[in-house]
Parts: sequence; C-alpha cells; structure tokens
Amino acid sequence: MTDTKTLPTATRLNRAAGATANWADERTSIGAFTKFLARKIFPDHWSFMLGEVALYSFIVLLLSGVILTAFFVPSMDFVHYEGEFAQLKGVEMSKAFESTIHMSFEVPGGLLMRQIHHWAALIFTAAIVTHMARVFFTGAFRKPREINWLIGFTLMILSLAAGFTGYSLPDDVLSGNGLRIIDGVIRSIPILGSYISYWLFGGEFPGEALIPRMFTAHILLIPALILSLIAVHLFLVFLQKHTQYPGPGRTDKNVVGLPLFPVYTAKAGGFFFVVFGVIALLGALFQINPVWNYGPYDPSPVSAGTQPDWYMLFIDGGLRIMPGQVEVVLWGYTLSLNILIPAVIMPGLFFGFLALYPWIESWATGDRGERHVLDRPRNAPVRTGIGVALITFYVVLVLEGSNDIVANLFRLSINDLTILFRIAVFALPVLAFWVTKRIAMGLQRKDRELVLHGHETGRIVRFDNGEYIEVHEPLSDEERWMLVSYQNLKPRELAPEHNEHGVRRKGYRWDRFKAALSRFYYEDRVEPVTPAELHEAHEHHKAEIEGMAARSEAHSAARADAAADKAPADA
Amino acid sequence: MSIDNAHDHEVVEEEFTDPGVPEYHRPRRADLDPKAARKAELQTAALFGLSIIGTVMAIWAWATGSVSSENIAETQRTTMLIGLGIFLAMIGIGTGAIHWAKTLMRDHEMIEERHPMRSSDEAREGAIEKLKDGAKDSGVGIGRRGLLKGSLITALAIAPLAVLVPAVGNMGGDWDVSKLKHSMWRQGMRLTKDPSGEPIKASDVTIGSVFHVIPEGLNDLEHHKLEEKAKAVVLLVRLDPRDLNIQPGREDWSFDGIVAYSKICTHVGCPVALYEQQTHHLLCPCHQSTFDVANGAKVVFGPAKRPLPQLPIAVDDEGYIVAQSDFHEPIGPSFWERLK
Ligand code: HEM
Ligand code: FES
Repeated sequence: MTDTKTLPTATRLNRAAGATANWADERTSIGAFTKFLARKIFPDHWSFMLGEVALYSFIVLLLSGVILTAFFVPSMDFVHYEGEFAQLKGVEMSKAFESTIHMSFEVPGGLLMRQIHHWAALIFTAAIVTHMARVFFTGAFRKPREINWLIGFTLMILSLAAGFTGYSLPDDVLSGNGLRIIDGVIRSIPILGSYISYWLFGGEFPGEALIPRMFTAHILLIPALILSLIAVHLFLVFLQKHTQYPGPGRTDKNVVGLPLFPVYTAKAGGFFFVVFGVIALLGALFQINPVWNYGPYDPSPVSAGTQPDWYMLFIDGGLRIMPGQVEVVLWGYTLSLNILIPAVIMPGLFFGFLALYPWIESWATGDRGERHVLDRPRNAPVRTGIGVALITFYVVLVLEGSNDIVANLFRLSINDLTILFRIAVFALPVLAFWVTKRIAMGLQRKDRELVLHGHETGRIVRFDNGEYIEVHEPLSDEERWMLVSYQNLKPRELAPEHNEHGVRRKGYRWDRFKAALSRFYYEDRVEPVTPAELHEAHEHHKAEIEGMAARSEAHSAARADAAADKAPADA
Repeated sequence: MSIDNAHDHEVVEEEFTDPGVPEYHRPRRADLDPKAARKAELQTAALFGLSIIGTVMAIWAWATGSVSSENIAETQRTTMLIGLGIFLAMIGIGTGAIHWAKTLMRDHEMIEERHPMRSSDEAREGAIEKLKDGAKDSGVGIGRRGLLKGSLITALAIAPLAVLVPAVGNMGGDWDVSKLKHSMWRQGMRLTKDPSGEPIKASDVTIGSVFHVIPEGLNDLEHHKLEEKAKAVVLLVRLDPRDLNIQPGREDWSFDGIVAYSKICTHVGCPVALYEQQTHHLLCPCHQSTFDVANGAKVVFGPAKRPLPQLPIAVDDEGYIVAQSDFHEPIGPSFWERLK
C-alpha cells in the first residue's frame, strides 16, 4: 500500500473518482449505461436547439415556480389591503391577489421571480411552437417518430394549459376576465355546458373554489404530466437517435455528428445556462404582468385593450371574427354557434389536424420505410405549403385578437378591419399555400439548374469570332449529392375497383381517397436530376462549346485566308 | 477552357452515388497553434470568472437592496440588480462552456450506425413464445378464457368510476344551474353606485351621463357577493327621450329617458363598459360587440347575438331609482337551457 498522502493530487482525485464509480456501478450497473451513452453521436444544427430551449425554459419554470409557491396563498377569501401601495389602500381583494402584491413589493427578489417565471412561460410556449414547426417542416415526424410527434403535441397542449392556469392565479381583473370568457365558452357547449361550468368553478362563476383548484393543477398535475412526457419524449429521441439534415454520407442507416461527451455535454449543458441567463435578464429589465396596476378581480370594471398571453390570442381572435347571427334556438334550446364554432370547433379541428398530420401524410406517400434524413422544406412543397397556410391562418386570428391595436396602428375602424379579416381568414391561407408551393418548386428548379449547369464563375471567355461564353464550374460530388439525394415521391397507383372475378374490392373507397390525396401532394413535382440528365447536359454543353470553337476556328481561318488573299495584292 | 469531362466515356448510372462523409477537416486556429489554444483556455476561464462575480453580485444586491410597497421604484431597483447578478452568474457558465466546446473540443464529425426499430424476427418469435407460455401458465382452460377476460375488462373499465363519480359529484357545489337564470334584483330595490353603494336620484342622472350600478345591499352580503355581483351589475344611462326608441312591451320600463341594461355581455360575459355618447353605442372591450342603447341595446356589430337584457326601473317616493323586478330573461352568455 502506498501512502495516499504522498501521491500527487490528480492521482488521488482519480482514485477517489474510481472508488465512487465502483461503488455506484456495483449497485446499479451504471458502467454499462455510461458505455452506451457517453459517446452517443448527435448531429448538429441550430434548429435542433429549439427543443432544448423548451426543455431548459421548463426547468427555469420549475425552479422559479417552487420559489413562488413559498409566498403565494391560493385562496379566494377576502381581505382588505393593508400595505402601503397608494392605489390599493383599503381595497377588498382575495388573499391570492394580496399575496401576489406582497411578494412583488415586499419580498426582495420576489418580483424578480414572478417576472422570471412569466418570461420563462412565454419563452417555453414559443419554443415549443417553433420546435414543433421545425419538426413539421423538416418531416421529422415520419416513421418511426409518429409517437414522439403525438407526445410532443400533447406537451404543447399541456403547456397551454400550464400557461393559462398560471396566468389566472393572481386573481387580478385581467385574468379574471379571461376566466369569465372561458366560462362563457364552456356554457355554450350543448346540454352539458352549465354543468361543466359548475363543476369547474364549484358552483356559479366565479365561486370560491377555482383558485385553489387551479393552483393544484398548475403546480402539481400539469407539471407532473409534462415532466413524465418529457422523459418519454427524450427517451425516444435517444432510442430512435436524432434525425439529421441531408448531406454526403448521411443516410437513413447512420447518424453523423459529434459525441454526447464531451461536446454536447458542454454545448447543451452550457446552453441551459445561456437560456437561464437570458430569461433572468428579461426578468430583471422588463416588467411583465404588473397586476398592481390592474387591481383585484371584480366582475364589474374593465380595462380597454385587455389582452391574454400570446398563445391564447388566436381563440380570442376567433371569438372576435365570428358574426353573432349564427346563434340559434332549436325547440327552446339555445345553440350558440357564434361561440362554439370559433372557440370549440375551430381549435378542435386545428389541433386535431396537427395531431394526426403524420398519418395524413403517410396516406399520401404510402411510404413504409424509416426516414431519418430530414427533408429540406423546398423538397416537400405541399407539406411546406400546408405548414405556411396553417401559420397564416393562426396569424390572421392572432391579429384579429389584437384588432383594436392593429386598427389603431393603421387608423382603420375596428369594424372594417374585422370584416376584412373575415375574408382574410379564408383567403390568405389558400393564397399562402399556393404561393409557398410555387416558391418551393421554384427553388427546386434552381437546384436542378445548378446541378445541370454548375456554378457561374463570372469568368467570361471570348472566342475569336466574338462569341462569348461564361465558364461554369461543375459542382463537387458532395454539393451535388446534397441537391439530388431527396426522395422523389410520386402519386400512388390506384388498384382497379373490381378484382379479376368482377367483384368490388373491399377498401376501394379508402384507397381512392388515399390516391386522391396522393395526387394532391405529388402530382406537381420537380424531380431530382438523374445521372443521365446530367450526362446529357454535359454532352449538350460540350457540343455547344465545340460548335463555338469550330465557328471560331472557321472564323480565324477565314480571316487568315482573307489576310492571305489580301497580302499578295498589297505586295 | 475547363469543361468537366469526367462523365464522357462512363456508363451512366441509374442514380447518383453518395460520396460519403468528407474525410477532410478544416482545422481551427486552436488546433494548429498552441498559443491560440492557450488563449481560448484563458477566455473560457474568464467567462467562468464572470459567473462567479455575478453570483456575488446577486447575493450582495439581495442583502443590501431595499424594498417598499410605498415607493415601488426601490423594489424595482433591487429586482433589477439581483436579476442582473443572476444573469451574469448563468451566462458566464453558459458562454464559457460553449466557448470551450467550440474552440477546443473535437469538431470532426463521427459516424454511428442505426439499427432498424423493428425487432429481429427471432426476437419477435421469442416474444410470442413467452406470451404463449405465460398464457398456458395462467391456469385457465381455453373455453373459459372469454368469461374471465370479459369480466376483468369490464371491472377494470368501470372501477375508475368508483373514485371519479363521488369526486366529480362533489365538485359542482349544489349543481343548481337554475341560479344562472336569476339575479338578486327585486321589486323596489334601489339602484346604487358601484362600488360605494350610494342610491341614485333620478334628478342626478343628467342626459348623456352613465352610472355603473349594483343593487342595494350587495355590499352587505356575507356570501356569494362576487357571484351575485357578476349577475346583477347594470349600466344606467339617460338619453334625450326623443332619441330613445322604446321597445314594444317595455313602455313603462324606463323613466324619462333613463334606461338600465345588464352590464354583462351576451357574448361570453365581459363587462360592457365603453359608452359613446353621440351614437348611444355601448362597446364590449373583449370582442367588440356593439349594442345600441337607443334601440333596446340591440347588437349592431360583433359576435354577440342577443340584446343586453333590460332592467325595468321606476322612481320611488323619495326620487330614487328602483328596480321594478328582476330581469325578464337570464343575463350574460347563452347556455343550452336558458329559455327553459
Ligand atoms: C414540453 C415541450 C417540449 C420539450 C421540452 C421538447 C424537447 C425536445 C428535445 C430536447 C428534443 C431533441 C432536440 C430537438 O430536435 O429539438 C425533442 C425532439 C422532438 N420533439 Fe420535442 N419537445 C417538446 C414539445 C414537442 C412538440 C410540441 C412536438 C410536436 C408536436 C415535439 C416533437 C418532437 C419530435 C418528433 C422530436 C424528434 C425530432 C428529431 O429527432 O428530429 N416536441 N424535443
Ligand atoms: S364578451 Fe363582449 S364581445 Fe365577447
């Protein structure tokens, strides 16, 4: 035995680490796990960080949220404000509101935590939505990732629920009006509406049960669900390995990138601190949700220009855009289609379509293989068009949801603007689809041109006969591969309606639907350049140049002849 | 002239072949120059140092900063300083680690094989074997399996109800949804100012003025004050009687141009509170339903369908405005059984 005291520190540390590792491994087989995990390869791309931003802002939410629970009192009991803030002196308010004011003004760092928490929530929801957009536009949802798409989708819905329940906790007049709107929407549900409202509020709106109930949902139920779904989500990312962008050597059978340890431990770990830092900066510098200016909830006062957090705006926009005439009374029962359509049916269809999208597209492709190489958005023009159309639809509703602000900005009347938006909400998504699809196909054609004719070099060669030609540099094999290696999907063939015995095939209608869908997706398409086409282009090019060279030679020869002819005369 | 001749005499293939992951690797400065590497190390350490300063700053700002609800600027300054400290503490670690990764750590890509998600045929068969063995071990004859399966599935499916029915059943209070149809207004109850509760004399209501109204006695309610308020709030307006187009059947619901309408929007229930004197329009700030007070508060624009319910009013012996009765229809947003 060597005396440990005489060993250099580094060796002693290594020994200690080794002993700890041994202790842990003998109890957990963590060695095998580390072997499997440490050098796992992850591909690199900036857009892969969006999911990380969501994850990290969620951690910030958990940390700041735990601190808030130490001061927040989830109770709707009444108290009279006894602090010094002039505007609220003597005002009757719920304990929830009072505790929010107290922690904002009188707990050092309390306001900071509130602001950090709120900013983190906005960034969280925004990151989830952009992450989802990235997964959509690159086709990362294709087999085998459909389940992870659904898990992600559920996380998005949960994040909206988390945001909304949190926003309502301080019991201020703004969020109270938001709840009032939710109550109105719930009541519009046929037959069960009033009962669901009673169930939620513990009786009539606003009741005394809601804040404690939402508190439990907000700090326990929803975060627990999000956390466990994130665990499954990330487990599947590891199991299925991350997708990669197309490039030389990247196939559906490999993954090209850098190892988890040390590169991504440093990059991703470091990035957590960056996200945390940026959220802390926002919380330090930019006031958000100053509830003391709004006052406690009271069903009577309103402030103009009330606005929910951004992720709820599109439903508000839907409510604003819908004409009231469609409310009907049938056999004495009231059916408020003016509320049901924009606030229940529209979001239902919108989110339902998103949730099912991987399957909808697979009906069109009929592709059964695993797809680990992402699509460049231009190489899936219809999908990209659909995505942009959905975003356009969403943005029109968000703008309508802030139509008072938009109207002010452009000096329009709110009524005219709303009428305009009633048209736009149908017309613009269609237009956006069409334009996006054209642009995507235009880009594909440009890629073809590039492959066939190479890069323009700006170098001009002049032939003797005065003809010019620009020298084109052929693409490197790597560059070319990038542009020609996409999946060339074609419309599905439809098997005949009747089989050889003249009997109508089962499932024919379903097949016909899939074939029609497939035509919608792949009828118009720009196919990747084939080697034959490239060969032909080269031949053509060569012939052209040879032609020029020949003409040029002929020209010089003629000139030489002419000179020769002339010469004797001169002599 | 350099024209690509590579394809000239080749047999043209069906498809391009993947050139494979490029072998070359463009070295970074720190890969070549030990001095640059040393510099990157120092920069990284400096960023970590910045983080340490940030942590100290956050704690210092917390310990020395003051807060006050009287002068919230003090609280806001402390908030900012602690926040900036946290910002530095975090951003220093983050940028340091990323800088390290970008300058010093490996940046030459590696390749890992993927295996199809589908288990091998062997594994699948193995799984089926195991399940079959298990089924054999379950001790139930083939014939009786249906009974067991059926009863187990039914039991499992309905067992949650044993918990859910009582739980949900407790959550709706008394479930008496008919309360949605009535408010606390009664005959002879005075209209009073919100929030003070002072009664309103008809003579105080000048043409064009607007009063936000609650029922007399609302402030003294021990229970359900907000629920009652949410149904009973009223907007009282006086128009020039010549402008007021009284609705048939409501000839005696107003008094000398004074009308009272529910303040709860018939769309989804926001308080309707923006009154435009010239047009006599009431605008709901939530989704801009616009109601014409001169015309029975009918909807002139926006997503609401129904007029605001009118509260029939009169004037008592002392000249105060009082209600004649409750509203004649449920106020606020629609619901399925509102007319039943
Ligand atoms: C709580 C919210 C979420 C968190 C914390 C989260 C986190 C992550 C992370 C860290 C990754 C790996 C890195 C990346 O590709 O960005 C990932 C991948 C993925 N996420 Fe999410 N995500 C969330 C929500 C969503 C949503 C809303 C969707 C879509 C409906 C979604 C679908 C996916 C899919 C399909 C992958 C695999 C991507 C690939 O391998 O290319 N996630 N998620
Ligand atoms: S609540 Fe009044 S317009 Fe929607």
